[in-house]
Amino acid sequence: MPDDMQDTRSRASDLVGVDPEPGVSKKDPIVVVDGITRTFGGLRAVDVDHLEIQRGVITALIGPNGAGKTTFFNVLTGFDQPDTGEWTFNKKSLKGVSASHVARLGMVRTFQLTKVLSKLTVLENMRLGATGQRGERFWAAPFRFLWKAEEDSITVRARDLLGRFNLAAKEGDFAGSLSGGQRKLLEMARALMVNPELIMLDEPMAGVNPALKQSLLGHVKSLREDGMSVLFVEHDMDMVRDISDWVVVMAQGRVIAEGPPASIMADQRVIDAYLGAHHDTDITEIEESVLAAEVEAELRADDEETR
Amino acid sequence: MDLISTPLHDAFSPYALSFVFAAMGLNIHYGYTGLLNFGQAAFSAAGAYAMGVAIASFDLPLVVALLLGVVGAVLLALVMGVPTLRLRADYLAIVTIAVAEILRLVFSTSFKDYFHARDGVSGFTLGFRSLNPFPDLPNGFLSFSRNDLWVITVGWILVVLTCVLVWLLMRSPWGRILKSIREDEDAVRSLGKNVYSYKMQALILGGVIGAIGGFIGGLGLASVQPDSFNTDFTFIAFTMLILGGAARVMSPAVGAVLFWAVLSFLGVALTKLSNGDNPIIPSDLMSPDQVGNIRFAVVGLVLMLLMIFRPQGIFGDKKEIAIDAR
Ligand SMILES: Nc1ncnc2c1ncn2[C@@H]1O[C@H](COP(=O)(O)OP(=O)(O)OP(=O)(O)O)[C@@H](O)[C@H]1O
Ligand SMILES: [Mg+2]
Repeated sequence: MPDDMQDTRSRASDLVGVDPEPGVSKKDPIVVVDGITRTFGGLRAVDVDHLEIQRGVITALIGPNGAGKTTFFNVLTGFDQPDTGEWTFNKKSLKGVSASHVARLGMVRTFQLTKVLSKLTVLENMRLGATGQRGERFWAAPFRFLWKAEEDSITVRARDLLGRFNLAAKEGDFAGSLSGGQRKLLEMARALMVNPELIMLDEPMAGVNPALKQSLLGHVKSLREDGMSVLFVEHDMDMVRDISDWVVVMAQGRVIAEGPPASIMADQRVIDAYLGAHHDTDITEIEESVLAAEVEAELRADDEETR
Repeated sequence: MDLISTPLHDAFSPYALSFVFAAMGLNIHYGYTGLLNFGQAAFSAAGAYAMGVAIASFDLPLVVALLLGVVGAVLLALVMGVPTLRLRADYLAIVTIAVAEILRLVFSTSFKDYFHARDGVSGFTLGFRSLNPFPDLPNGFLSFSRNDLWVITVGWILVVLTCVLVWLLMRSPWGRILKSIREDEDAVRSLGKNVYSYKMQALILGGVIGAIGGFIGGLGLASVQPDSFNTDFTFIAFTMLILGGAARVMSPAVGAVLFWAVLSFLGVALTKLSNGDNPIIPSDLMSPDQVGNIRFAVVGLVLMLLMIFRPQGIFGDKKEIAIDAR
């Protein structure tokens, strides 16, 4: 629909003109974070002063291993309690709200280490994702006619998603028999069964093959077209560059930079802390040997200096 | 004593029935939801005592007494569950075993006017027996008395009804949530389900089923005594459940029947073998009065072999177990 197109274009354009500064405020944030800290013993795993996640766009959260990305996810979704801090989702404070309630409010996350229910079939895993089912109430559960119709429509939705995630042929298998990448896919599809407003994906593409990755990227983009907000953690810079509208960089628990992908990839702090100097060159064999020669020369120079 | 009829009699007796219900309750707790309840005896005791005292001391009608028993089990589940179900699984195990022991000690030492200490409560079966439709059979089925026959008829009908209810529940989305909680609570939470509430519902349901076992056992023995509800009660019920195979609708009933049949068979057989002037088992190896203990040892051995060669129990699904580790 042209109306919708208009809508999404304006949403992405909400970010135009927003300063690429850590903690910058945005036009229509879905999540607003203030002063969240989480320490493990002496280690400050998360220490975020202020962060806003824009509604209706795809935001990437990147940073080195141990930067605190997963811990930040855990805190936001009620799976972990912060030492200090406040945060809101759709202007509602989520402090002290239970994880299941957070999900029902429309903020659904997946796990870096997948949590598929291996003794349920793939289809049952998917059905579990639908919220507010009548048959989930004790007094209605024994009477199938009360929930059969709803279960059928849930199944239709589940099959549709399984098809898009290349899992249709697996629907009758135990989820425990899936490969690592397939589990990632199932978990993402299952999270979508909740119909979230904001979906938070912790390394969704880890271990997914390139061809499928391409089609899933398309799928994530279509979620955005449908008005869903996406926040994802990913180490694959191609994916970040390809689909994200905004990138937030964490290092040692702090947000050190945020901005559009292009400006982030060029940001010297980000390159130093995370990307490395040659992050965006596709390294061919010849270039590699040139590179090796350069490094060697540098080393030799260093050697001579110290001598 | 007969090698066939005695085991059959024992396996279908009211006493065995009380264990069938206890094990069916544990199947909800442990089999389907993964809750470690080591105090199932407390639920059966609460049901039995509530019913017994309500009739014997307060002259309440049977129906009201049974309802009080159910209420007692629900309250007990709340007492055990409220402080522990948000915590790790081990806490429930500790609290249930403690509550069960405390309850047993209260029944055997306090409020003697109502609980009558070790003698227990009796004199509450009149109302139930007056409903007995069976004629007085001189040589009844498996030599059960007329009263026993009435108790086991009602008991086994209730077993079937409970099995149907469990089957209906476990094929529903409600049951799907319980099975998911057993595997990974956090996954279930992340999908917006109130895990705490479902665990509580499971604890209550299994507890009420355990209380029904208390009713049947009490009505069958015509008395309710504290010592029948020691920790052995719970562990024998667990054994029956594992024997049948956890998380299968029929397994508690089959496990319990089999357990009593084997135990009783061993009792009869060992007694026969060790009795007489020239016993087959020499008396310095085993005397007839040791049969009671030896048969438990043999059952233990059989269980060990079962766990080694068929860890999923009689009905369990091998596939479900095999795919687990990764
Ligand atoms: N439960 C815990 N107990 C102690 N320390 C923890 C715990 N969870 C995380 N940490 C520490 O907090 C820091 C942040 O961990 P976190 O898992 O959030 O990193 P991450 O950014 O997700 O890394 P990765 O990219 O490798 O997934 C790490 O140094 C980690 O060791
Ligand atoms: Mg992580």
